[in-house]
Amino acid sequence: MAELFAFLLSGVTVGFIYALVGLGFTVIYNSSGIINFSQGEFVMAGGMSAVFLMYAGVPLGFAFILAIISVSVIGIILYKLLSISKDSSHISLIILTLGFAIFLRGLAQVIFDKQLHTMPSFVGDGSFEIFGAILSYQSLLVIVVSLIIVISLYLFFKRTKTGQAMVAASVNVDAARLMGINIKKILVLNFAISAVIASIGGILLTPITSTNYEVGIMLGLKGFSAAIIGGLGNPWGAVAGGLLLGILESLVAGYISSEYKDAVAFVVLLAILFFMPGGIFGNLKAQRV
Amino acid sequence: MDKPLLEIEDLSFSYKQIIALESVSLTINQGEIVSLIGANGAGKTTLLRTISGLNVHKKGKIIFNKEDISQTESDYRVRAKIAQVPEGRGLFPILSVEQNLRLGAYTRNDNEIEKDLEFIYNKFPILQEKKDEYAGTLSGGQQQMVAVGRALMIRPKLLLLDEPSMGLAPIIVEEIFSVIKELRDLGTTIFVVEQNAFLALKSSDRAYVLENGKVVISGKSADLLDDERVKEAYLGA
Repeated sequence: MAELFAFLLSGVTVGFIYALVGLGFTVIYNSSGIINFSQGEFVMAGGMSAVFLMYAGVPLGFAFILAIISVSVIGIILYKLLSISKDSSHISLIILTLGFAIFLRGLAQVIFDKQLHTMPSFVGDGSFEIFGAILSYQSLLVIVVSLIIVISLYLFFKRTKTGQAMVAASVNVDAARLMGINIKKILVLNFAISAVIASIGGILLTPITSTNYEVGIMLGLKGFSAAIIGGLGNPWGAVAGGLLLGILESLVAGYISSEYKDAVAFVVLLAILFFMPGGIFGNLKAQRV
Repeated sequence: MDKPLLEIEDLSFSYKQIIALESVSLTINQGEIVSLIGANGAGKTTLLRTISGLNVHKKGKIIFNKEDISQTESDYRVRAKIAQVPEGRGLFPILSVEQNLRLGAYTRNDNEIEKDLEFIYNKFPILQEKKDEYAGTLSGGQQQMVAVGRALMIRPKLLLLDEPSMGLAPIIVEEIFSVIKELRDLGTTIFVVEQNAFLALKSSDRAYVLENGKVVISGKSADLLDDERVKEAYLGA
């Protein structure tokens, strides 16, 4: 029992990170119809720049803020690149995001290095015991911060004027423009928000799993799987998909073998695409229109 | 002397190689209801989209309130108080009725938004009843009321309506058009696109007829009702 609980807890911790990456995919997809394959690299950039700012002697809290700001600037640069692209078909823009991801990975190797880096836990090395399983303070922090992000995003989209404008623009661009909503500003904001979520995920994860210039590949693919599993475009689906993936991975790693861990995401992804192509919750947009 | 609110001069627009509007010129005076009639594909919707800035035209001028707005973005034109109820209504189906209405006031920062919301609920009581329901679940007529109400939340000087009668029962169409007349009496200038030419001519002061992207006939609506060419082509007489 304690063992099962331990697996569940570590699954939930990692699952929330996947959920954040998946949310990043969702935010950009809903506003622009594009899958941003640089999403994982945003996560990497968040963790790596926080680590190197820390090495440079920047106080931790300040390093986080700087890292988040720089990644959101990267997000805005990606948007600018997409918006000046001569060929604006979705497929070519998606390929552009893939290219940007490779560029960011290369840039990280040059600016930082190829080593594995970690950070001390932000909240001390203590832990709780729940039903015999250990939950470190850092894991708890991941869970709490992720929940705060999910809830504040929800309130932002539901209750604020700008959030509503973003929802409107994602449903019907022309009608949103007729309300006086400036679509370019909304898109910039979406890319920035998506980058902020990703970079926070990257920072939170670093003390738990360490980071290097290429962690973004796997994290991006898993976050993408989370978004698809929950139904692309559905933010709650991305969160649920992320948690499901995290828990399944952890159980497989614990009870079968950690070598199969990474395969879980893709097996589940394939199963979903075969049997429930709309994701476990379906796509809200497609259902309600 | 009539005061022009919207003047369109020699406006042309094409989708890639296809010419949709060719040297269109027209004037809408303050306080008028002007209708635009024409067959499917004549360019009516294109003209409204171009006035709202959803299409970017290369040739010709759009002058609103004595200001040339040809080069401005759509959000600027909304701030200048041009509102449009687009073809197919353009509601946000996954948002509630009230959220849709409030988005109409997106560009406003004054403190009369609540008052205007009240005004719309008074005008269309059914919307108040359904204010928390998803706009996508409403009937066609109710959706049209939301679309009109949402455009009114802009407090427009000029209201553009694209086929307000489309897909609606005759009794609802009458209701919508009586609201349009009331709005004009409250000071809003109205430019309405209609396929139902008889209804459009009966409810407007002046009218333009668009054929293949060109204005071919224009004049007082009452005169157009008796015009042989209009009768033959659009009134089925």
